[in-house]
Amino acid sequence: MSDAASSKSSGAARTLDLRRRPRRFERIAEAAIVAVALLSIVSVALILVFVGKEALPVLYSSVVHEEVTPLAMILPREINGHAAYLWQPVSEIPKYNIVPLFLGSLKVTVVALLFAVPTSVAAAVYCAEYASSRMREFLKPAIELMAGVPSVVAGFFALVVLASWIQRAFGTEHRLNAMVAGLGLAFATCPVIFSVSEDALRAVPQSYRTAALALGSTPTQALLRVILPAALPGIGAGVMLGFGRAIGETLIVVLASGNAALVDLNLGHSTRTVTATIAQELGEVVVGSAHYHVLFALGALLFLVTFVVNVITERALHRSRQSLSGSK
Amino acid sequence: MTPQVRSTPELPLVVKMRTRGLSVFYGEKQAVHEVDLEVGVNQVLALIGPSGCGKSTFLRSLNRMNDTVDGVRVLGEVDLDGRPIYGPDVDPVVVRRHVGMVFQRSNPFPKSIFDNVAYGLRIAGMRDKAELALRVEKALRHAALWDEVKDRLFESGLGLSGGQQQRLCIARALAVEPEVLLMDEPASALDPIATARLEDLISELRAELTIVIVTHNMQQAARVSQRTAFFYMGKLVEVGETQRMFTRPKEQATEDYISGRFG
Repeated sequence: MSDAASSKSSGAARTLDLRRRPRRFERIAEAAIVAVALLSIVSVALILVFVGKEALPVLYSSVVHEEVTPLAMILPREINGHAAYLWQPVSEIPKYNIVPLFLGSLKVTVVALLFAVPTSVAAAVYCAEYASSRMREFLKPAIELMAGVPSVVAGFFALVVLASWIQRAFGTEHRLNAMVAGLGLAFATCPVIFSVSEDALRAVPQSYRTAALALGSTPTQALLRVILPAALPGIGAGVMLGFGRAIGETLIVVLASGNAALVDLNLGHSTRTVTATIAQELGEVVVGSAHYHVLFALGALLFLVTFVVNVITERALHRSRQSLSGSK
Repeated sequence: MTPQVRSTPELPLVVKMRTRGLSVFYGEKQAVHEVDLEVGVNQVLALIGPSGCGKSTFLRSLNRMNDTVDGVRVLGEVDLDGRPIYGPDVDPVVVRRHVGMVFQRSNPFPKSIFDNVAYGLRIAGMRDKAELALRVEKALRHAALWDEVKDRLFESGLGLSGGQQQRLCIARALAVEPEVLLMDEPASALDPIATARLEDLISELRAELTIVIVTHNMQQAARVSQRTAFFYMGKLVEVGETQRMFTRPKEQATEDYISGRFG
């Protein structure tokens, strides 16, 4: 400081010192942050590598092929004159057909989204467009808190309460079935879709709203014709996240689906999902056996499905975002 | 400018809109104080005054846009063709179809140019495709935008330049054929060339409708308007024919503002 003062007073003789200062702390901090970020990325990548490594023997290992070939995992098996898709990994002749499992995942996910998408989007619309600010301040955190309910609790609720209601209402054949599991899943999916959709609706510029109203729209016309279309990419992203949550959720379906690997489209029948199968069987399986590798293949396929669905929707959303904003 | 015309009486006004004792409150705060003002038919009325003087708030009460803001209260009367627009049985949605509005920042919908202009017609229930196309073209021609966009009607309105977007918003407002058009600093985000086009457009539009424009630009007010109203601190200080207002204002405050001494 005294240097600066004296050089200032010395007037014309002063020269500016513009040389680089050593900033050791800056560099250490930056390196530490990069290291932590890399660590998380690398560990995710390693999980993928590990799953892939354990899944791939399904394609080439003779140990696995003694019990099952990749083709046998998807094609039906002839039994007593009719074709059947069977997942019976611990029978005398193990059968590893993955069709019933993926069908089960699909059934519960569809039920969950059929219920969760309309209710969550409607709740988001209410919250963003109609609710008073006090109501909104109460409602939004309350719904988002649902995301914090442990899935074992949601699953238990579905198992004990929801299952009885649904059996009474629809007279379903099996007490635990795709509908019960799907509605249980919806419980976990709703807060995700709600939260993202609400943010998307709130992000629609106020100027669209005022323009619509100034042109003589009723509030409902403004909502349906301007605000919802403008928020659609965001709402789509929310549904996407909800899909990922629903198809990946495990505990709720373990508890509420009945876990029978049946191949039919009846929502009142028990069903078994990919995730529930992995969760229940992986702990019991002999490491390196055919069953072990098939379970990993299931996991890898599930990842592939969500990844592909994600990429496709992301592309579609990207396109609609561009067409909304007018860029090519 | 010369002393002998000082006593020239202003031309008689055919009144399109009239406010009487109009006051607007934001919660406890009063933004507009008991304004009595008349808007002449087929005229451009400019509202001038420093920021925060209540002119935009006043403008928004002419088509009940203030109703859409929480906590706003409007007292007094506003008439459109002698009918009170704040009457108990009046639907503000219908009022806004007669009194259109263009905003400071152009705000096209994220839709095609065609859909932007057709919006007001469609919500009013027009389904006939041929008629829609006709009205869209008419509105775009009216807004002096047709030649620039006729080959790209189905591209997004957001792909247009700033000046084109603002004219698109004007076309959108004109499509429903309002009787009055309110403009809230419509040129403040435009470059000088786009501003000049917009001012020409305003002068042309006056033949068919009545315009009230808020502006911060004194020259603009002088160029486009026939009457000018000066607002200060939420009160209407003075109103009169533009030429007189800018040459021989009656109030000291008006003269100070116009000559750039404050505001």
